[in-house]
Amino acid sequence: MSSTATILDAAKPIPERLVMPATDHLVDSLDPEPHPPDDAEDLPTAAVVFDVDAVSVYYGEFRAVQDASLKVHEHEITAFIGPSGCGKTTLLRCFNRMNDLISSARVTGSLCYYGVDLYNPQVDAVEVRRRIGMVFQKPNPFPKSIKDNVAYGPKVAGLAKKGPAMDDIVENSLRKAALWDEVKDRLNDNALGLSGGQQQRLCIARAIATDPDVLLMDEPCSALDPIATTRIEELMHDLKTDYSIVIVTHNMQQAARVSDRTAFFSVEVNADSDSRTGILVEYDFTQHIFSNPSDERTENYVTGRFG
Amino acid sequence: MIVLLLVFVSSIERAVMAFTTVGAVARGGARRGLVGTSGFAKLRTDIAGGLFKFLILSALLASLLILGVLLIDTIVSGWSQLSTRFWDFLNGSLRSRSIDDRLGVQQGLYGSFWIGAIVACTAFPIGVGAAIYLEEYALRSRLTATLELVIRNLAGVPSVVYGLLGLFLFVERNTIFGFIGLGWLVDATGGRSVLSAGLTLSVLVLPIVIITAQEAVRAVPVQLKEGAYGLGATKSEMVRTQVLPYAAPGILTGTLLAMSRAIGEAAPLILVGAISGGLTNNPELWDASALREKFTALPIIIVEWVSERGRDPGFADAAAAAIVVLLALVLLLNMTAILLRNYFERKRD
Ligand SMILES: Nc1ncnc2c1ncn2[C@@H]1O[C@H](COP(=O)(O)OP(=O)(O)OP(=O)(O)O)[C@@H](O)[C@H]1O
Ligand SMILES: [Mg+2]
Repeated sequence: MSSTATILDAAKPIPERLVMPATDHLVDSLDPEPHPPDDAEDLPTAAVVFDVDAVSVYYGEFRAVQDASLKVHEHEITAFIGPSGCGKTTLLRCFNRMNDLISSARVTGSLCYYGVDLYNPQVDAVEVRRRIGMVFQKPNPFPKSIKDNVAYGPKVAGLAKKGPAMDDIVENSLRKAALWDEVKDRLNDNALGLSGGQQQRLCIARAIATDPDVLLMDEPCSALDPIATTRIEELMHDLKTDYSIVIVTHNMQQAARVSDRTAFFSVEVNADSDSRTGILVEYDFTQHIFSNPSDERTENYVTGRFG
Repeated sequence: MIVLLLVFVSSIERAVMAFTTVGAVARGGARRGLVGTSGFAKLRTDIAGGLFKFLILSALLASLLILGVLLIDTIVSGWSQLSTRFWDFLNGSLRSRSIDDRLGVQQGLYGSFWIGAIVACTAFPIGVGAAIYLEEYALRSRLTATLELVIRNLAGVPSVVYGLLGLFLFVERNTIFGFIGLGWLVDATGGRSVLSAGLTLSVLVLPIVIITAQEAVRAVPVQLKEGAYGLGATKSEMVRTQVLPYAAPGILTGTLLAMSRAIGEAAPLILVGAISGGLTNNPELWDASALREKFTALPIIIVEWVSERGRDPGFADAAAAAIVVLLALVLLLNMTAILLRNYFERKRD
């Protein structure tokens, strides 16, 4: 355990990186390739959190994602969009090794987190998940009190025991998730008594309570009304200063509103074997994807002419 | 008898009422033209539905009736003992004459109580552990699939066979393959003892405990597990904080039902050597010092007294009274199971 922790410690962003201008040398040392030409906007280049290189994911013989390559940048929101079944969730679950839990799933290619290969056998998946939090598509609060839900992560990570330290973590996380005012009087009530939108925000609070570096959010708003959706979008915007966020969404406007970069995935049907595989069609700044995408398939999809 | 008749009559009445109501509604609907041209077909389906309802209702009533008759008959015969000398009957011991005022089931209660306790202390942890291992840890392979099949089959093996196993393992000095001696087991259990009986019945209910616990563990929503893993829980933390609390009601109900099964078994006990008379000591219920002594249990006492009734007809009533005691015990266990399940379910949701 300790040896694997050190491996990831090398990966954890050091505090300086958070304040230094993005031209910092660490980025270059971690990222020997020059940035793709379309990165040459006036925007400063942020550090690379995830470097996904030719990643394919298989469920048994079935290839769900083929050869995806992209870089997720620090303190940015990266959106994954694309039709149902194109492998967005599958790829997202590779980022915190959630696919380890599915016995048939297999990942090839390389997926680096601050330069450390996440699938290196020396890397401990549990440690990975403590640093890379996940919010699931369906709100999944534990059948415990609101407080215990938020305290769960810090407790298993050994960050704090019961008492004032834990109370602080709980309050801060709930405040960040914009839920504190609604639940502060009933922290000991069962979390299943919350509304769907509150449950989803509780799951976000629970995920940030472990103080991760990255938040993975799989369609966090799919079950929410427009007001709750707006709140979560505002929340993501606020969280961006502390975390790097990857979000899967079916809502094109949402991707356009909140994300800095967008990856468009599609399904490719192989005529010979009649198999369907998810491919990454295009990855670029969000405004590019939505205003002048370079791929025709992207254009068809974002303009609603998807066949 | 009058009560019985009343129950019977009122049940028939209800069934007939249900049947006629359904029919009347169907006919009325058709007559009023609510169902239009397909009216005739509609009427037919409703009659079929009513008939079906009648059939399942009568099946239920018939089984309840048989049970009720047996129960009432037993209570009525046992009443002479239970009403006049209830505590003496619970505290008394095995006697050769049914009118002996020290006759009672205390030794049987002692045996059954400790058998239940031993089953709870051994089958419960081993069974739940095995279930969690199979569901959460074991890799899905041909070996585990075979293992599960074997466990399922073991649950269906007749109890006498387990009695033979108990006899072989815990009572007689045996050797496996000619060199693995089992004498130490016999030294530990004391041979024909409550301990042997409890362990034998543990083995008997173990498959049932494993299967019910497995079912309960399998029912834990995958979202909860993923939620825990997603927050950085290790497997054992996930099992402790998610699987066990969520599966607790199912596991507990299964275990308590298995325990009541163990308490009701007679055949394996006969093989393991429960005796039906001449017990020298009459230990207090909580006294664990007699666990390695000769023993008896409630089902054995019942069997013995029923066979004695030819010689001494009073034993028929004594047996009935003992049955009532055993039934009450099993009922108590089942009720505890239900209460515990409700409690944990309320806590869970
Ligand atoms: N556990 C699994 N076992 C086998 N195949 C799976 C599994 N999970 C997903 N798949 C398959 O992988 C493909 C991609 O699924 P995935 O859930 O990643 O799609 P998605 O892009 O998230 O879709 P949606 O937008 O509907 O959520 C689908 O064809 C799906 O059937
Ligand atoms: Mg999905």
